Amino acid sequence: MKLLQERVKDRPAGENLIIRTAVRLMIPFIQLYGLYVIVHGHYSPGGGFQGGVVLGASFILLALAYDLRTSLRFMSERVNAVLGNVGVLIYTGTGLLCALLGGLFLDYSALDRILPLGPVEWRSLGIFVVEVGVGIAVMSIMTSLFWDLGSGGEMDEGL
Amino acid sequence: MKAFAFLATLATGVALLYGTKDFAAWGDAASPASSHVSPVYIERAVEQTHVPNLVTAILGDYRGYDTMFETVVIYCAGLAVVCVLRRQKS
Amino acid sequence: MIWQLDLLILALVVVCAVAAINTRDLLGAVVIFGVYSFLMCLLWAEMGAVDVAFTEATVGAGISSVLFIAAIFRTTRRSKD
Repeated sequence: MKLLQERVKDRPAGENLIIRTAVRLMIPFIQLYGLYVIVHGHYSPGGGFQGGVVLGASFILLALAYDLRTSLRFMSERVNAVLGNVGVLIYTGTGLLCALLGGLFLDYSALDRILPLGPVEWRSLGIFVVEVGVGIAVMSIMTSLFWDLGSGGEMDEGL
Repeated sequence: MKAFAFLATLATGVALLYGTKDFAAWGDAASPASSHVSPVYIERAVEQTHVPNLVTAILGDYRGYDTMFETVVIYCAGLAVVCVLRRQKS
Repeated sequence: MIWQLDLLILALVVVCAVAAINTRDLLGAVVIFGVYSFLMCLLWAEMGAVDVAFTEATVGAGISSVLFIAAIFRTTRRSKD
């Protein structure tokens, strides 16, 4: 690691044509798979948490293969912070909306009063909305964890 | 000191292995853990929520508070790391 | 549940745990920890808990290994004891 740290000073870490090309080809498929895992959580293993981690891993992979600034170009720090808050707010906001519409907190069948689809369908849809919120929150938090730990908080030179 | 630590670990391991003797068998439908609320979920989850994947139905609907605070815990962890480590370049 | 496969995976899990503790090189310990996580993932998938196995594969073997490597990159690679 000492040697690696010495070498980083001379040139950017991980400058390798093969790795970069492979990562550039892989990242769209990884993100598509993450979205699939979130959306298809009703029918197959997966859900918000796992899909969010896969989506966050795609940005981490970008930061590992290129450098931290490249991954900041695709997902800026401000957008990332906003997304982390929005994800948690979607979850708690859905629960609060259910309570405001006359049901219990997180009882999605109360959302039937907005659009009458039937309480059972709304419970299914409510789970989907909540999973999307979890996915967004987990994605941005995993990415920001890696950014902060990998660059020592300076968001400049990183792993 | 190292021998003492090894002995303590060994004793704990033996005690734990002895304890596993009383566990219910794998997939035992009559065990206390799977005879309390599990049958209700298995019978009614699909007709109540229209979600074929039982795990998602339980995590997202029946145990919604659990998942919500799990998300909040992860959010707090991310917030703590950003607050402790993030600094502007001087 | 196939008990022979279970026994093999559990034995490998114990070997990985002991190896991860005894390794002086922290980067090697992180890699062994990733192997440990993936073996636990296999064990859970084999027992039918696919959701847990998925979480373990993504978080345990994927993200936490990368975070450990980032922490080692910022500190030191050698263990003191």
